[in-house]
Amino acid sequence: MPNEVQPAAPGVRRVYLDNSATTRVDDEVMQAMWPYFTEVYGNASSTHQWGQRAKQAVEEARRQVALLLNAQPPEVTFVSGGTEADNLAIKGVAQAQAGRGRHLVTSQIEHPAVLTTCGQLEREGWRVTYLPVYREGVVRLADVREALTDETVLITVMHANNEIGTVQPIREIGQLVKERRQAGQRHLHLHTDAVQSVGKVPVDVKDMGVDLLTLTAHKIHGPKGIGALYVRRGVRLQSQMHGGHHERDRRAGTESVPLIVGLGKAAELAREHLTERAGRMRELRDYLDAEVLRRVPGVARNGDPGRRLPHIANFNFDHVEGEGLQISLDLKGVAVSTGSACSSGSVEPSHVLLAIGLSRDTGHGSLRFSLSKDTTREEIDYVLETLPPLVEKLRRISPRAKKISNLESEISTPRV
Amino acid sequence: MYSQQVLDHLENPRHVGEMADASARGMATNPVCGDLLHLYLKIDGGRIVGASFQAQGCPPTLAASSALTEIVIGLALAEARALAPPDVTRALGRLPRHKEHCSVLAIDALRAALADYPPGVV
Repeated sequence: MPNEVQPAAPGVRRVYLDNSATTRVDDEVMQAMWPYFTEVYGNASSTHQWGQRAKQAVEEARRQVALLLNAQPPEVTFVSGGTEADNLAIKGVAQAQAGRGRHLVTSQIEHPAVLTTCGQLEREGWRVTYLPVYREGVVRLADVREALTDETVLITVMHANNEIGTVQPIREIGQLVKERRQAGQRHLHLHTDAVQSVGKVPVDVKDMGVDLLTLTAHKIHGPKGIGALYVRRGVRLQSQMHGGHHERDRRAGTESVPLIVGLGKAAELAREHLTERAGRMRELRDYLDAEVLRRVPGVARNGDPGRRLPHIANFNFDHVEGEGLQISLDLKGVAVSTGSACSSGSVEPSHVLLAIGLSRDTGHGSLRFSLSKDTTREEIDYVLETLPPLVEKLRRISPRAKKISNLESEISTPRV
Repeated sequence: MYSQQVLDHLENPRHVGEMADASARGMATNPVCGDLLHLYLKIDGGRIVGASFQAQGCPPTLAASSALTEIVIGLALAEARALAPPDVTRALGRLPRHKEHCSVLAIDALRAALADYPPGVV
């Protein structure tokens, strides 16, 4: 295959720790999808048996996704992925409620799918408040309370951040929204992008008190190109895609039956194995976390370590540029990602790192490791052997790193 | 994304380190992304006989710095003064379009070093 990842050189392993970017499709998910490409290929809108079998599969998947979220099946709308779900939720509510008010509240660390959608609405006349997240990378309830006005129609705050993994107080915000609604502000809605948290921590739409929730299949070992938006019963939404009467008129377009089946299966597996998968990832992540801090001097963690998803660790390495480290790790077979600007073609470090107070200099030295249910201890051990010499090598080149080298010689002296 | 030459310089950077007895030194920074390069030259009889560098920055910056030290060793001062960013890029095979400024940084450091030589002469 022309695009296959090149075979590893002798002594080099392949360790994929970029599961927040995307995950491997599970064999079980792949098997579930297969018949819907070649055997049950009907259009789910057709009334013949080819179509009706496809429709049954779509409805079964809707049930599986609903079950994962503690929602009702009709509250699940299939879309092409997280970006489309975010667009539909934000623009859909903003436009449906435009007569009640034109103010939105979001955070500074949202995914671009949310931030640029909010930016587009700003250009169209809406007002948007971007909440700070402070050093710990978490939104404060008092700030949400202060930001709300009678004109506010939507709060959209992610459930957990994709770069640093911090979990946001959605349940508390949901409680606040409930109070405001009871006090008469019935047009206030709460949306959360749960793309990173689904399958990693319990996500219960009723418990959280959200009106809309975004998820995507490819972060939970499902296929790319399919996601879902939870829309609480009774919420009015302006559809963004016009066409036939698919998905209760919320999203026109022939249903991608195989991908929907894949999402359903991935959701079912995520629900069944949530506790065990999360426990294993947390244990290995905590091991990685502790050992990196122990073995590498001049390193700091990004994001409140006590409020993180179980599979993400984000570090900042003094006097090292993140992309140099990321590419060096890649050459040793280890895939991670960096918030350094250089990798993305922009000149600024990621907006998330700037929002938690890192300077333009220090923000360039960040690295994110994201584990999956399939990550093994041997893989983490390989990373722990590989990483420190690479950091040391890049620091040897750096004219700024002298202090760190002195520090290292102090640390390597046995302590009494 | 990066050429084999860039990856090779990243894995095996040439002539790394401060040169205590350098005849000339030059520094260049990119204030936008924070990249930094210190270049050291040993000059004898109007010719560059040694070069080393220290740098902090993205892979193309490290690679351009490392490649520059290879290019300049053995050159007459006039030849070194005639070098331009494309000469560095060529040694790296190619650079992504938004990374060509890394070769500019390398040449900036070289020109700063040569402006410093001979010492005391303006």
